[in-house]
Amino acid sequence: MIGTLLASVAFTSTPAFAQVDLTGSWAGVFHEDQPERIPGPWLGDYLGLPINDSARAFAEAWDPSRLTVPEHQCRAHSAPYILRGPLNMRIWDERDVQTQQIVAIHLDTSNFQQHRTIRMDGRPHPSPNAEHTWMGFSTGQWEGDALVVTTTHIKQMWHRRDGVPQSDQVTLTEHFIRHGNVLTNVTYTADPVYLTEPLFKTTNMQLNPRPLTPQQLLYPCVAVVEIPDQKRGAVPHFLPGENPFLAEFRDRIRLPEIATRGGAETMYPEFQETLKAASARQSSAR
Amino acid sequence: MSREQRALLILILACVVLLRVTPSAWWQGATAAGGAIEILPVHGQVSLLAGPTGNTAVQVGAQGVIVVDTMRPEDADALLAAVKRVAGDRPIRYIINTHAHSDRVGGNLKIAQAGAQLVAGNFAGQVGQAAANSAFIVAHENVLKAMSAPTGSQAPTPFAAWPTETFFQAEKDMYFNGEGIQLFHESAAHTDGDIIVFFRSSDVIATGDVFVTTGYPEIDLKSGGHINGIIEALNRIIDLAISEQFTEGGTRIVPGRGRICDEFDVVEYRDMVTIIRDRVQAMIGKRMTVEQVKAARPTLDYEPRYGSTTGEWTTAMFLEAMYRNLMPPPTVPALPAARRPAR
Repeated sequence: MIGTLLASVAFTSTPAFAQVDLTGSWAGVFHEDQPERIPGPWLGDYLGLPINDSARAFAEAWDPSRLTVPEHQCRAHSAPYILRGPLNMRIWDERDVQTQQIVAIHLDTSNFQQHRTIRMDGRPHPSPNAEHTWMGFSTGQWEGDALVVTTTHIKQMWHRRDGVPQSDQVTLTEHFIRHGNVLTNVTYTADPVYLTEPLFKTTNMQLNPRPLTPQQLLYPCVAVVEIPDQKRGAVPHFLPGENPFLAEFRDRIRLPEIATRGGAETMYPEFQETLKAASARQSSAR
Repeated sequence: MSREQRALLILILACVVLLRVTPSAWWQGATAAGGAIEILPVHGQVSLLAGPTGNTAVQVGAQGVIVVDTMRPEDADALLAAVKRVAGDRPIRYIINTHAHSDRVGGNLKIAQAGAQLVAGNFAGQVGQAAANSAFIVAHENVLKAMSAPTGSQAPTPFAAWPTETFFQAEKDMYFNGEGIQLFHESAAHTDGDIIVFFRSSDVIATGDVFVTTGYPEIDLKSGGHINGIIEALNRIIDLAISEQFTEGGTRIVPGRGRICDEFDVVEYRDMVTIIRDRVQAMIGKRMTVEQVKAARPTLDYEPRYGSTTGEWTTAMFLEAMYRNLMPPPTVPALPAARRPAR
């Protein structure tokens, strides 16, 4: 009887052993969306983001001077965005010493010195009343050779760092896929507050054959007073219609406003026709 | 008068008599079934008890239990059971009320009577040993004013539910279960009697309703609430809180409603409230009416997260209250020189 039960458990459970070894040191490659990542996006560049009117209003009020406020200075990127930054990453797994099953996969990122724990033991996500963090709460499972990770409980941050907001209601689904010495992170970000459709991104990393030094992984940050006469409680922002920088991006790249203001329709090939028509109207108006 | 009309009249009269005898009708809701209460450890000695309409924070240690806010009357039994699950048989020594609304003080009676205090020495002679059979209730004196009534008038709440330890200063200090506890009065914020409670060793701040994660802050105009007081309270929380690393962790915040937070969550909320306040202020400066302000949607960027068109506190109510707060008082025109009273 006991033998039958044990056999049943053995055949029906799905052990969390890795189909592909993701452990090691990885470095960002930066060939996707390079202008957005380094040096960073222009104010008013919402191209290709499936944002709604509320997200657009939030971004148009965004004043980068917000980052001079001491309580904002050391804010980290959140899980849906962090792999887009200057990056060294270390991955290792954690095993139960008795069973040698992988119970967790850990990621250390040099960008803001963040640590992620991807729980592989089948536990549920916490209550909605539990606290939110930059890296959120992650659970993972193997689908073929891909590690699929679901993350919730992520703090409010940005989908793009020109002020396009990411809410604290976001759910991040990732596929970590290894091809030789390249690791691809495919993200699917569902944000019921600010996105009308999920946002897909891919980010590639290259295997680093040398172990990372502590200096390559640490990222100290100490908030200081940057503006001596800044008032307590100051929140730099632009009132509606008063942001003077929103036109700079579209003027520089000569795109019609409908493209730079983003929205789900700007993600799809069909938008090229809309764009051509708008560009033609813009040219004839000149 | 038909039989149906007579029956309806009797029913109405019965309701009137019932309300006349017990004007604090909400208090009688204690017999109704309360909702489920979730328990989450926060930090140090403090846990969150999340109820159907708001949060309670409890501090548990060797000396006993402090309960910050007691939910609605109908939640009292469930709250008491939840406190026992966290604290076991340790006695409830103190209740702290963060303001006077019924979802904060509704369980005072049951929770206090389930507790006990140390009454001894001269104090026992002054108040009687019976005082030991109930936990003390600590609040700002404006909470007592809101819950009581002048002699001869009907008080909205029973005497035994009133605060027993009130203060009128900007701050009150306590020491219990091996840690200092600071109570800060936030005048004219959500109400005129708000306090935030800082457990210094546990490093937890219980905010009451000056900070919630479930909607815009409620400005109770009738109770002296003001948008600028709410912003001041949020800035105070930010001043008190210290993040561990990258504006994360460190001091934990228990909001009046919603999830456990840290400093940065309050920062984002403070930013939101400040930005909306500034927009409404600018619109008032352009002589826009309240209807024009609402039509201009100064909350557009925060609507999907915090807005509501239904329920007890809608976006429209938030904007109307803020508008009334920020409108300059009407100026009295000066009398013509000839009509000025002679000196």
